[in-house]
Amino acid sequence: MMRRSPWLWVAGFFAYAFLYAPLVVVIAYSFNDSRLNAEWVGFTLDWYRKLFRNEEMLLAARNSLLIALVASAVSTVLGTMAGFALYRYRTRLLPVLVLAPIAIPEILMGVSLLLFFVLVGIALGLVSIMLSHIAFCIGFVAIVVRARLEGLDESLTEAARDLGATPWQAFRLVTLPLIMPGVVAGALMAFTLSIDDFVITFFTSGVGATTLPLQIYTMVKISVTPEVNAVSTLLMVLTLALILIASRLSPGSLRGR
Amino acid sequence: MRPGWHMRAYKWLIGGPPLLYLLVFFAAPVLIMVVASFRFPGEFGGLSPLVYEDETGRHLDLTLENYQRFFADLLYLSLFFKSLLYAAITVLACLLLSYPLALLISRSPKKYRDVMVLLVILPFWSNFLIRIYAWILILGPQSVFVGALNGVLAWFGAGPVTLLYTPFAVVLGMVYVHLPFMVLPLYANLEKHDPALLDAAQDLGANAWERFWRVTFPLSLPGVYAGAALVFIPAFGMFAIPDLLGGTEGIMIGNVIKQQFLDSRDWPFGSVLSMVLTVMAVLLAALAALYARRSRQ
Repeated sequence: MMRRSPWLWVAGFFAYAFLYAPLVVVIAYSFNDSRLNAEWVGFTLDWYRKLFRNEEMLLAARNSLLIALVASAVSTVLGTMAGFALYRYRTRLLPVLVLAPIAIPEILMGVSLLLFFVLVGIALGLVSIMLSHIAFCIGFVAIVVRARLEGLDESLTEAARDLGATPWQAFRLVTLPLIMPGVVAGALMAFTLSIDDFVITFFTSGVGATTLPLQIYTMVKISVTPEVNAVSTLLMVLTLALILIASRLSPGSLRGR
Repeated sequence: MRPGWHMRAYKWLIGGPPLLYLLVFFAAPVLIMVVASFRFPGEFGGLSPLVYEDETGRHLDLTLENYQRFFADLLYLSLFFKSLLYAAITVLACLLLSYPLALLISRSPKKYRDVMVLLVILPFWSNFLIRIYAWILILGPQSVFVGALNGVLAWFGAGPVTLLYTPFAVVLGMVYVHLPFMVLPLYANLEKHDPALLDAAQDLGANAWERFWRVTFPLSLPGVYAGAALVFIPAFGMFAIPDLLGGTEGIMIGNVIKQQFLDSRDWPFGSVLSMVLTVMAVLLAALAALYARRSRQ
């Protein structure tokens, strides 16, 4: 028997409205023919045209994409290894190191990495941002992969070994295909975490290495122009497309979160 | 070759690289920060040399001064308290908004649940800054929404209100950004409840109110604690939201940490603040985990 009182519907509807109304406002204003984000004046695509002529913004977008691609690729490999090690072996240090970056306040990771890069002598820029993103993405990938491994039938790998496969063959031909949805989900998660990150990037970026979130931050800080609405809307569409692709590639991976 | 040797080799082959990476790019930076909290600030910002030399030899140049300064100045302690308060209000507001939603989803037909959960996560996938920025549009002085609200208030004879750059805006922004972190663990818990329990309670004469407070809510406590921890930790150390929505009145400890590192460049004191923040956040999260475990038994 389902117990859903009308009050539950009202409260639930309110929560959904709270989640979506602000985004709708941003999207609506991105098409508004007025410099002020106030009254509706008329429909325009001017802000999008301006955006595509904005060199700084395009450079920031390219940086973000490059960082996210490298960071998600490396952290997927390292995270999958970590997830595998956590599942298969009894280790003391690894679980702590994998989970701690997720559990501590983000700002701590940002400032400690800033200290580290300056003291070690790694220049702040694209490379330092990539290195930092990899560090916080490994844990997320590891958790997803490990969860996938836990639902796996161990006897399949054992059967492969009994039939004469080396451990590497058993992993590559049996285990890896079976955990692939988890790996793909982890990679996509790392990609979005990286392209979305603001706090850690804020502390580990140097002069001239701007990412999209940093660029948006600067724009919002200086003045709120409708161009921000346009870039925000485009980013939302991009993310939505990524999610749709992800759900096609590995159905069920979105539910794992 | 012994199998034990084999096992250990594979263990290091697979676990070694991620372990090494995290040792270098996570553990080492945190350790450097711990040490930095005991060092002296450099003349031009940054840190003064760790080792100094005089007639008697080489010495480590460490001090407790930074911690003394932290505990001597009530300004910083009160800022921690304020951040704690904002984070706590955020957790409560998230709980109030999320609970009915999670309950609604968990009691909906199975085929709709996934879509309803996805609808909660979807806004969370759009960029964090965009979601905060949206509230600048809504709460700003030229916003039609604030205009309408002030029109209504004026009708009642109340003065116009300012919403942007206030603590209210900070808490609202934090609730908005962290809502899915509360809904998901709550839903994961509520979904597993056996509906037969509610039927039994009803048969025994419990009304809807009693059924909720004496059956559903106590059973959902692990989900409540998990959600509270997931919302509390990021909210407590938040710096982007108060930076964009808070103005001067709404700053939190995260803003001061940023200031120490990037503006006044007093790294040792910034490290002290970060250390205290982390210790407090981790302690409170551990407490939540402990309660969750106890309520599960």
